[in-house]
Amino acid sequence: MHAFSYARPTSAAEAVEMFSRAGEGARFIAGGTTLYDLMKLDIEQPRHLIDVAAIQQLDGIDTAGDVLRFQALARMSAVATDEVVLRDYPVLAESLSKAASQQLRNMATIGGNLLQRTRCLYFRNGANGFYPCNRREPGSGCGAMGGLDRGQAVLGTSGFCTAVSPGDLPVALVALDARVDVIGRTGMRTMPIEDLYRLPGATPHLEFNLAPGEMITAIVVPKTAAGRASTYHKIRDRESYAFALASAAVALEMRGGRVERARIALGGVATRPWRAAAAEAELAGKTLTPELALKAGRAAFAEAVPGHHNAFKIELGARTVADAITIAASRSI
Amino acid sequence: MADDDAIHGRGMHEDGATGFSRRDTLKAGAAVTAAAVLAAQGSGIGVAQQAGGAALPGATDTLLLQTTINGEFLTLQIDPRTSLLDLLRERLTLTGAKKGCDHGQCGACTVHLDGKRVASCLTMAAKADGRTVLTIEGLSPGDALHPMQQAFIDHDALQCGYCTPGQIMAAVACVQEGNATSKERIREYMSGNICRCGAYVGIVAAIQDAAVRMERS
Repeated sequence: MHAFSYARPTSAAEAVEMFSRAGEGARFIAGGTTLYDLMKLDIEQPRHLIDVAAIQQLDGIDTAGDVLRFQALARMSAVATDEVVLRDYPVLAESLSKAASQQLRNMATIGGNLLQRTRCLYFRNGANGFYPCNRREPGSGCGAMGGLDRGQAVLGTSGFCTAVSPGDLPVALVALDARVDVIGRTGMRTMPIEDLYRLPGATPHLEFNLAPGEMITAIVVPKTAAGRASTYHKIRDRESYAFALASAAVALEMRGGRVERARIALGGVATRPWRAAAAEAELAGKTLTPELALKAGRAAFAEAVPGHHNAFKIELGARTVADAITIAASRSI
Repeated sequence: MADDDAIHGRGMHEDGATGFSRRDTLKAGAAVTAAAVLAAQGSGIGVAQQAGGAALPGATDTLLLQTTINGEFLTLQIDPRTSLLDLLRERLTLTGAKKGCDHGQCGACTVHLDGKRVASCLTMAAKADGRTVLTIEGLSPGDALHPMQQAFIDHDALQCGYCTPGQIMAAVACVQEGNATSKERIREYMSGNICRCGAYVGIVAAIQDAAVRMERS
């Protein structure tokens, strides 16, 4: 691991100020479960680490008001076990409790979790590895194309990158139209969580729409009656502690057996947390049946482009969406 | 992490050969490092050794760490690259926590930080500043076994034993969190701890057993 300077700001404003002073090679670190891991692999080589995790009063969870407000340094385990989240927003609680292990959920912050980097085998092969990676080293090529692409994305890919967006929480937040508060040199701003994530296009190394030195301070989720009729359904190679092969966040507003409005987002299959508008439209205003749920699932993958070894994700993904719709509907009162 | 080992290994390894217990070693190590820190404070050690040319006021290339490990308050000068696991094993000779994958995937390095289980390999030692660390060595006083340790013996919950300290620290936390309420829930909340010998049946039985005993005590 390369040497770096280490600083511990006492406020978000000071963190931003430190970052702009440090210049090239500065990085914020919170829980460190992604960044420190990648530093051990030499994939991340920060010269200045600004440890924001000890900033006081930036880990609050407020579920009493008109919105759910999670400050960025709230630990994944804390949000996953919040009483209101557990009772009224199972899609959020499940997206957190089905991610990582309890050890990592005690370390990782929800702000940092939004910025988790891909688990693509070729990306993680290392800075001195045999395989090229446009995300790790722009312009070097993509080892996954023509390689072992079983885990790669089928939605949102480009000729430069097919790496899957690894997160679970971001998928649930996209389904719920969450917003992200950000602080930077020019002050605070807020944006829809979908806008945080970029498609790889020709520049897969640019993953997030954050300016250098901008830091996430909070996640804000609008309260919705659809919260209770919701689920995060995650299909993995093993039953627990693995990244998604396919996952679906579904929240439904039902009247009797009829779907008034559906919110659906996909994980494990796309290059960013993926809103499935076509699947939502398939359900809207219709009486829910198993056939309709599967039709919606298939609609979610209408634009999918498989590689050599990952075509199974299209059928698996469609059935994951269908099952998630059924589970969510069963929770409707 | 070879660099870290070289930096942090100095002067501590040979203690094991002198017949000291681990706790004696820890105490001796703390005394030595505390003395070194006191000697260095006159030279402004807090911001010393700016080899990388740190541009930030308050940023350091070496770090003064104050932490409580198994009840001992320690002051240590560390390289900020150091993981909590390497600090425990290589510098303090607390070798209970094991290095399996070194990437947070196997759970062998599990310790408690402020009462919560964490993967010490992915925890920068710097993050233990002002906080409390509990390792398997500090789980129970003296030679007495913690109910979870006894239950692992009673239920044959290991073969080679390499993952066992991490399993036990995770299992104690699992009970304390209230997640040891059924076999299924134990399996889910212990899934971050891999046992390559496949002693899972015994591990789950041990946790169920110890959960009852822990509640009684």
